[in-house]
Amino acid sequence: MEPAKIVEHAGGVIGASWLMIALPLLGAAILLLGGRRTDRWGHLLGVAMSLASFVVAVVTFFELIGLPGGERRRAVGLFEFIPGLVDMGLLIDPLSISFALLITGVGSLIHIYSIGYMSHDPGRRRFFSYLNLFVAAMLLLVLSHNYVGLYIGWEGVGLASYLLIGFWQYKPSAATAAQKAFIVNRVGDFGLAIGIFTIWTTFGSVTFQGVFESTLKPEQGVLTAIGLLLLLGACGKSAQVPLQSWLLDAMEGPTPVSALIHAATMVTAGVYLVVRSGAVFFPEGSTAALFAAIVGTVTLLAGAIIGMAKDDIKKGLAGSTMSQIGYMMLGAAFGPVGYAFAIGHLITHGFFKANLFLGAGSVMHAMNDEVNMRRYGALRKALPVTFYTFLIGYLAIIGFPLLSGYFTKDGIIETVIHHNEVLGWLAVLGAGLTGFYMSRMVFMTFFGEKRWADDAHPHESPAVMTIPLVLLSIGSIFLGGYLVLGGRFMTFLGPAVGMPEGGVPAFHPFTVPGLATLALVAVGAAIAWLRYGRVPVPVTAPRGSFLTTFARRDLYGDALNESLFMRPGQWLTRIAVFFDNRGVDGLVNGLAAGIGGTSGRLRRVQTGFARSYALSILFGAAVVAGALLLVGNL
Amino acid sequence: MTTHYLVLSALLFAIGAVGVLVRRNAIVIFMCVELMLNACNLAFVTFARQHGNLDGQLIAFFVMVVAAAEVVVGLAIIVTIFRTRRSASVDDANLLKY
Repeated sequence: MEPAKIVEHAGGVIGASWLMIALPLLGAAILLLGGRRTDRWGHLLGVAMSLASFVVAVVTFFELIGLPGGERRRAVGLFEFIPGLVDMGLLIDPLSISFALLITGVGSLIHIYSIGYMSHDPGRRRFFSYLNLFVAAMLLLVLSHNYVGLYIGWEGVGLASYLLIGFWQYKPSAATAAQKAFIVNRVGDFGLAIGIFTIWTTFGSVTFQGVFESTLKPEQGVLTAIGLLLLLGACGKSAQVPLQSWLLDAMEGPTPVSALIHAATMVTAGVYLVVRSGAVFFPEGSTAALFAAIVGTVTLLAGAIIGMAKDDIKKGLAGSTMSQIGYMMLGAAFGPVGYAFAIGHLITHGFFKANLFLGAGSVMHAMNDEVNMRRYGALRKALPVTFYTFLIGYLAIIGFPLLSGYFTKDGIIETVIHHNEVLGWLAVLGAGLTGFYMSRMVFMTFFGEKRWADDAHPHESPAVMTIPLVLLSIGSIFLGGYLVLGGRFMTFLGPAVGMPEGGVPAFHPFTVPGLATLALVAVGAAIAWLRYGRVPVPVTAPRGSFLTTFARRDLYGDALNESLFMRPGQWLTRIAVFFDNRGVDGLVNGLAAGIGGTSGRLRRVQTGFARSYALSILFGAAVVAGALLLVGNL
Repeated sequence: MTTHYLVLSALLFAIGAVGVLVRRNAIVIFMCVELMLNACNLAFVTFARQHGNLDGQLIAFFVMVVAAAEVVVGLAIIVTIFRTRRSASVDDANLLKY
């Protein structure tokens, strides 16, 4: 079934949904312009704005589901942005409101958690202003009813991530990581920008309505090209291979930032773009969709392999994010069923990944910002709340039956196997790897013997940090089942992304891929227990095989970028500099030197002796007289 | 008939020019300049006579007026230079150069 038509809407709660974006933006503006005066209450304002935005999102959501299914795509015009070309406005439909709820809901919990996490940081007010900016930009990205608005939000997210990753900018590693994130994202943004230009020239419109409901039938080649350009943009924002390298370095930011980037905002933008544009640019079986599926599969394996070797708890989780986003990208390549599971997984992932990241932050908070898991061990007694919530997040992400991740990830795998056996079984393999690296993380952190630094005195985090953890872990348990069972989410999303032919597929718990996934996860967890649970973990990392080194060094992604792009780039600049110095400058400087030298010699004629001037005047007069005589005689 | 006058004019002009070029004393150079101007006047008047119109004589008067003005300004400069430097040699006043 085709997606529903977009209808113009005015007034009511949906008409006021721009408040969702405006409130956090206002918060950011007040905190940034107010400066130190707002230091004392800045964090409270940040949380309040985020929560207010969440409330608007919830009210809008209920207003939306009050409408009949076929009318749940409402375009709200706001103002003329570029006269005659682009009108700014919002599209409130099941897809965008799902994102808005996730962004504001999980975002607010992260805001609350940050009150405790950043309580000793002198820049806490600035931190909250950036968080608000991040949420506002991400909301603009998902709510805008046209590609230009989406692009503005897209760039805003890039800016906010840059500011937050480099929040501790006095650390050179953080400053570098922020720049890396920004620059790698620029590569993707470039693709998105060209894609939007091409959309404009092809469809004569940049609004979703104008593009998706267009009567034009462009050539398939043009659509594929636009799809691939959009996919490049999605790869940059969602840290998919080949633009994945920024994500692991982005761990330099404070931990709540990592949670925000990985769970609620930023990396989900690419999946949103693919799903939003899916019906036109990534239809089932198209080249662009195949590319998206391959990118997703490669990334989900690469992320899992990287995650398996990292000793840094945050980097392990970062690899896991890459991997999970890979699943979503893979799912988003396979039509309406895939969209529903991809977005479903995105939402449940938002919960359990935020849960895991904030849990990791809580552990770090207790251990004097130690991130090396080889220095943890036996923390389950010292940090009971963190341990149990982390455990729930862990069970959810590996797809333990009946928890959130189980339903959505299994859905993606089943859908993919139905369409493409090879990619599907690779996704099953990825699930096994997930079972290994997440179990390894839990065993190294919470079990085994103490391997703490001498001055470590772990203590449970304050309630302001543990309550968000508890709320997130409740979501990690129940949300997946709630969304998937009975096809609830697929039916809800249907008006926005279309419904599968033949209705919602029923959920089958015992299928071959499903059981294989569970078996592989169990094997992965068992291997992790044998290697990290049963035997003591050495405090210094063993050298390991070349495969371990390969994974520890992020599959040589940085080395590849360096040798493929950075070095040739440097050579190019060196050649350009040489040409500039010797060629262009040589010409200009040579000319100047020539004129300078000549004039220096000519200057000597000015001797200061009046009589010599008189002689030259006489000589000149004689020449003129001679010339006149000559001409007169001719 | 006027050839003699022209020859005299040329001689006077040449004497003046050589004087300007070879002498150092500013007063003498000045007098040589006057000599050149008056050689020109002689040539003008001669040609006026030769062609039978008054244009040359008219210009001679203009030359005299300009020469008188020039003498006033020039002598003032020479006197000032002499007062500051105790010398009327034009070669001494050579600061304005490369």
